[in-house]
Amino acid sequence: MNLKKQFIEGLLTQNPVLVQVLGMCSTMAITTSFFNGLGMGVAVLVILTLSNVIISAIRKIIPDKIRIAMFIVVIAGFVTMVDLLIQAFVPALSSSLGVFIPLIVVNCIILGRAESFSYKNGIAASFFDGIFQGIGYTVVLMAMCIIREFLGAGTFGAGLLGPDAKGIQILPSQFPAGMMTMPVGGFLVLGVLIAAMQWALNKSKNKEESK
Amino acid sequence: MDQIYELLAITLGAILANNFIFSQFLGICPFLGVSKKLDTAVGMGIAVTFVMGLASAVCFLVNNFILIPLGLGYMQTVAFILVIASLVQFIEMFLQKSMPSLYTALGVYLPLITTNCAVLGVVLLNVQNNYNFISSVVYGVTGGLGFLLAIVLFASIRERLVFADYPKAFEGFPIALVTAGLMALAFMGFSGLKIW
Repeated sequence: MNLKKQFIEGLLTQNPVLVQVLGMCSTMAITTSFFNGLGMGVAVLVILTLSNVIISAIRKIIPDKIRIAMFIVVIAGFVTMVDLLIQAFVPALSSSLGVFIPLIVVNCIILGRAESFSYKNGIAASFFDGIFQGIGYTVVLMAMCIIREFLGAGTFGAGLLGPDAKGIQILPSQFPAGMMTMPVGGFLVLGVLIAAMQWALNKSKNKEESK
Repeated sequence: MDQIYELLAITLGAILANNFIFSQFLGICPFLGVSKKLDTAVGMGIAVTFVMGLASAVCFLVNNFILIPLGLGYMQTVAFILVIASLVQFIEMFLQKSMPSLYTALGVYLPLITTNCAVLGVVLLNVQNNYNFISSVVYGVTGGLGFLLAIVLFASIRERLVFADYPKAFEGFPIALVTAGLMALAFMGFSGLKIW
């Protein structure tokens, strides 16, 4: 178990969104305000960690042929729990994320990590993998929220303290392009972010090779 | 008459104005993953349409005749994903026996439909919007047709992208996402269609 390596992988070199390109639907759909991004990120982090631990704990008794179905049942159980908890304690988040909370079940990040990591590794390693991959996902969501909000509305941190809190106006309100907060902005911002990531990874790779 | 107007509104909305890909962000993974070639994109679109229609019908029945009478509404997500997974498995076995040519054409994409968020999404949206049986099925099928339209258009553009000259860092997913973004911009024009 190598915590530092796992941390760097989750955040940068194996980032679930920017490098593995998993879980795109939620990444683009809900990054319209800081509140949504943070809520979604934390929800996925919790579910990913819990399901990673459980799947790694029962990995030896799962028959190989029906493992995908078993993963989905475990994940769906945790998603239902988190969904109900959010409905009970943060109803505003539940109404603004809507159908995307139950859709965490089919978020490829969780199923992907179950198949490629926790099915093959021990409980502790899977636990940290869940946390680091979850942090990697959350960081990308926050970055997308900040960029889209800045370009689309010219503000920062709208909804930071609650769903209706207004952000600080940075750009004068006549400059921002409203389309960045619409679906178009999601595709464009994520495309540019992944391109930047590929550029950076290629650069560091070339540096290592030339050494 | 009202029912017909409602169905028409659902159809137009699901295919154009509220397209599953371009305005609701459901089903992006297969949309990006299976759109490199036109013919596989068509196969995937048809399979998804079929599964979405069938899943809407079955999940409506499961929800209204099993979950709600038993007071198990909170088990929706788990029940629906199990229904979808077994449905996909069933279709796979059925196609293998009776239409082997279509089965080989769809290949690996069939099992992948289980984790397509458009399928679970349409089922959950049906419940959320309180659609009746006919509306649910129509929403499922037309939502699938919207997916088919989007993935076919996107695959045709992507086949031509090979000859485009773009920065090296944009290779692969980024250029596909930017293309999809421009298509979403075009589909935004349809939002004026909400006349009902």
